[in-house]
Amino acid sequence: MAVKQGKHSLIMQKPISVVSYAAVGSKKESEGPLANNFDILNADSTFGEDSWEKAESTMQKIAVKKALEKGSYTEKDIDYICAGDLLNQCISSTYGLRDLGIQFIGLYGACSTMAESIGVASIFIESSAAKRCAAVTSSHFCSAERQFRFPLEYGGQRPPTAQWTATASGSVILEEKNEPPYIRAVTFGTIEDLGIKDANNMGAAMAPAAAMTLKRFFKDTKTTPDNYDMIFTGDLGKVGAQLLCELLQRDNIKLSQDKNYTDCGLMLYDLNTQDVHAGASGCGCSASVLCSTILPQMKEKKLNDVLFIATGALMSTTSAQQGESIPSVAHLIYISNSFNS
Amino acid sequence: MDKQEYSKLTDKVSQNSKSYLNIPKAFVIGGLICTLGQLLLNLYMYWGADKELASTLVSVTLVFLSALFTGLDLYDNIAKHGGAGTLVPITGFANAVAAPAIEFKTEGFILGVGAKMFTIAGSVIVYGTLASVVYGLIIVIFKLY
Repeated sequence: MAVKQGKHSLIMQKPISVVSYAAVGSKKESEGPLANNFDILNADSTFGEDSWEKAESTMQKIAVKKALEKGSYTEKDIDYICAGDLLNQCISSTYGLRDLGIQFIGLYGACSTMAESIGVASIFIESSAAKRCAAVTSSHFCSAERQFRFPLEYGGQRPPTAQWTATASGSVILEEKNEPPYIRAVTFGTIEDLGIKDANNMGAAMAPAAAMTLKRFFKDTKTTPDNYDMIFTGDLGKVGAQLLCELLQRDNIKLSQDKNYTDCGLMLYDLNTQDVHAGASGCGCSASVLCSTILPQMKEKKLNDVLFIATGALMSTTSAQQGESIPSVAHLIYISNSFNS
Repeated sequence: MDKQEYSKLTDKVSQNSKSYLNIPKAFVIGGLICTLGQLLLNLYMYWGADKELASTLVSVTLVFLSALFTGLDLYDNIAKHGGAGTLVPITGFANAVAAPAIEFKTEGFILGVGAKMFTIAGSVIVYGTLASVVYGLIIVIFKLY
């Protein structure tokens, strides 16, 4: 069983291996710096469907199927699939995965869902409740815009702190196996809120959650950022990443964006040329960066010890219109190429 | 860290909109739309319409062009630079109606196009009507005394 260390962290006692993974993106992702790392890039962001919701569902299904194919598995080999997305009632996941016939655990953690689903799946395997699990999330710029903001053709302006929802999906397959990389620890976050109300500045809303989870993980495991090759946050973007460094600085935890820390939202697109303002966001952002770039680099041993902290803003359009501040959560998973229990 | 302190820190880190760029761009693009309107007005009057009819025709033409540009996926690209310059003229109103009409077609003509068409423009209609009532009342009162 996973052992609780400190107050908040769970340490895996078995080698929970990431045996397969896949990343799917669309046109804008194909124009970004990580384009070559993706498994599938579909220039048609409708994915051949007649609505954006169906497009996202299809994209998520493609991501799962690709991960299965890469690991030579079929749907029958998977015990549980932990999945979620940004749309109301998580319909991208439910419609995307309904034909697969895999026991389904729907999760909502907004953009933190990838770390959340990997965490839950790992614990399932650790506790022998499952032999093999899949974790998947997705987001689609067009379906997110119409749900959270304005119609696509509406002529509005976005402030510099706004982020661009990625049209992407990432999926991983986990099982107990002696094959790196491994999920070594999970720290689920608490809901944090430092009063940010601006839905166009989600990075600022989410940074306190990321700071809290990281702080707790370091305390629980008695480690420092120096113990890890790289620390990746989910989608804090330009503003949130800077705020996270400042917040942790106050607790004497040193993260440097030139050295040991970066944000998936700053990696997916070229901020100078792709008109994405403060960077990428959405469940698909951290999921696709994890599956297209971080995990392959771990396989190649370019990275050996990585912290992946996906961050989610937990508001809805209703709470935003009612003037509520934006609560957020950050879940951490520690991925390593070594395993010693 | 308390909320107040964090709010200050956020303001420090968050970049503001580039007003020195946005305001002149809004002025130029909004000005061009109004110039187009004036040209159309002159043209319709040259073709023999009286001023009132010509004004109506100008509005109709601008609304048509705005809806057309919205459908061609061009309007939002102009508005990205135009800001209030594309929002304030009648073209902005037309865009605010046409954009959801296109977007919500997937939910059908009744609950989608018909119902959602005014999600943005509805407020403009309600408060525009209300403002004109207030304006009318003021005129009446001033004429009485």
